[in-house]
Amino acid sequence: MTDAGAISASGGPLLEVTDLVKHFPIKSGLLVDREVDQVRAVDGISFIVNKGETLGLVGESGSGKSTACRAVLQLLKPTSGSVRFEGQEIAGMGRRELRPLRREMQMIFQDPYASLNPRKRVGQIVGDQLKVQKVASGKELRARVEGLLDRVGLSPEHYNRFPHEFSGGQRQRIGIARALALEPKLVFCDEPVSALDVSIQAQIVNLLDDLQDELGLTYVFVAHDIGVVRHISDRIAVMNQGKIIEAGDADQVCEHPRDDYTKKLLAAVPIPDPRESRARRDRTASAG
Amino acid sequence: MSVTPETAPVTAGAGGPLLAVENLRVGFATEDGRVQAVDGVNFELEAGEVLAIVGESGSGKSVTAQTIIGLTRSPNSHIEGSVRLRGEELTTQSEAQLQSVRGSQIAMIFQDPMTSLNPVYTVGRQIVEAIRAHHSQVGRKEAHAQAIELLGAVGIPEPERRVDDYPHEFSGGMRQRAMIAMGLALEPSVLIADEPTTALDVTIQAQILRLIQDLNRGRGLATILITHDLGVVAEVADRVLVMYAGKVVEQGTLDDIFYDPQHPYTWGLLGSLTRLDRPRPHRLPQISGAPPSLLRLPSGCAFRPRCPHEFAECKEVPGLLPRLPEDPNHLDRCQLTPEQKRRLREVEGRIGLEEPA
Repeated sequence: MTDAGAISASGGPLLEVTDLVKHFPIKSGLLVDREVDQVRAVDGISFIVNKGETLGLVGESGSGKSTACRAVLQLLKPTSGSVRFEGQEIAGMGRRELRPLRREMQMIFQDPYASLNPRKRVGQIVGDQLKVQKVASGKELRARVEGLLDRVGLSPEHYNRFPHEFSGGQRQRIGIARALALEPKLVFCDEPVSALDVSIQAQIVNLLDDLQDELGLTYVFVAHDIGVVRHISDRIAVMNQGKIIEAGDADQVCEHPRDDYTKKLLAAVPIPDPRESRARRDRTASAG
Repeated sequence: MSVTPETAPVTAGAGGPLLAVENLRVGFATEDGRVQAVDGVNFELEAGEVLAIVGESGSGKSVTAQTIIGLTRSPNSHIEGSVRLRGEELTTQSEAQLQSVRGSQIAMIFQDPMTSLNPVYTVGRQIVEAIRAHHSQVGRKEAHAQAIELLGAVGIPEPERRVDDYPHEFSGGMRQRAMIAMGLALEPSVLIADEPTTALDVTIQAQILRLIQDLNRGRGLATILITHDLGVVAEVADRVLVMYAGKVVEQGTLDDIFYDPQHPYTWGLLGSLTRLDRPRPHRLPQISGAPPSLLRLPSGCAFRPRCPHEFAECKEVPGLLPRLPEDPNHLDRCQLTPEQKRRLREVEGRIGLEEPA
């Protein structure tokens, strides 16, 4: 097992994941469900995320990267393993115990069309958590939400609008404002730009970068687009079949991959440069 | 995995291009008003050629493709212009006549192979049906044998066994291969692929692109590839149309678009790419704002509100013209002079590519 935490940054670990396992049972049987097999979605992964850094998680569909995030966040109950946030074990905690921790860890989702409640106004979507966690109310709540909207590049006038009135990029900004409302320390970004148009992707990636610098955020950034992951990440972990098969400095992994699977994955990424991609095709053609 | 041994690309006959699209305009009447989804698109396609149409959502790239095979005909749509296949006009054909063009002459594959295949029939049966719908004289057994051959041709292992599988038993990449097999069943001369790899993993994407390329070279299959991904374009296309808000803003050869792009929108697209083969920039160059709503297009150049180089003349609608004296086939819709464009795209660093050789 590769230890993703081998290269540590100055900030010290915010999140330590050790031997995390999430298996889903496959059940069969007419009257009584019997477990006949398991899907080993996450099969013993370990990594460390240091304060203020971005860990990129790449892999193909089914590699277990999204399940890993959900198991770390305790949105799915891990089968076994340990998840320590600021040194505190959170795997196996109950709902009530987890509630204060939910403020510290937030998530940004892939599909900005499906992850916002269409019947709520933007102000409610962004402000609800502040209310639930009893952080702010009344005028103060409104002021904070307007501040957040402004911070993510929307305007305070958007407070009373509904999600359908916004474009995909703007909706993703609403999702980011909601995630930041409780001033979390750690934000999981699950494919945050893959549903967006090319010209909007760069805007959102730059916004996430700026917010990190300004608020000292720590990110776990999950995506299948290796170019985007490498741009935003300090370190990258490559997942395949529920395991982390390679991890290290982002440039190092992309430029000098050691594992055969990583090499295969990188070689399949199209190069947006016709001469380069012709040269690569000729190389692979002559190699076999 | 190659389909047929590579032969010399088939060249077009003397009688003009295989497919010619002229001043195509597609409008839709909506509750909020009329939307001009495609506004004057022109191109020609020769046998053995791959033409890429690049653009963001709402640029009109998919509507253009769907209109070619008559899929946008409806009471609320208004289609003008001409689409000719081997000189024969398609826009005025009856639905029955078009039915025989679809599949047998022009095939189309879509982004999501799961929703394009019928889940309750085996893959083989769907291919057999496609063949027999057009060639009723072909027997069931013969069509079944052809289906097996086609599945083998697109690189599905053990086609004799897999032909009786249902779509859910296929992986995403195999489903897209099955779609391509079905498209090829009637030996069309044009393949329209609408985001064929967007839903697939990169390793599978590379295989499907290779397959399209093999078919294109081996069989002289002319291909229109619709995509938002310039990386995919660089891998397979010969010529490129860049669309924005219903109009073509730049058109040229693959190298024209990547090494001598003329339109600021093209610069923006190229500049915002993340490249694994380059050191990463501190910030990604970005195009500000969002694509305009087709209901409220800006006057003049549609890219004007997002363009950092806007000047007085942008208030006029610019024509799609050859603006480079040395290259009459490279067209664009930006009124800056070629010298200004060269200077601006270097200074602004919006391309992310070296100087043109």
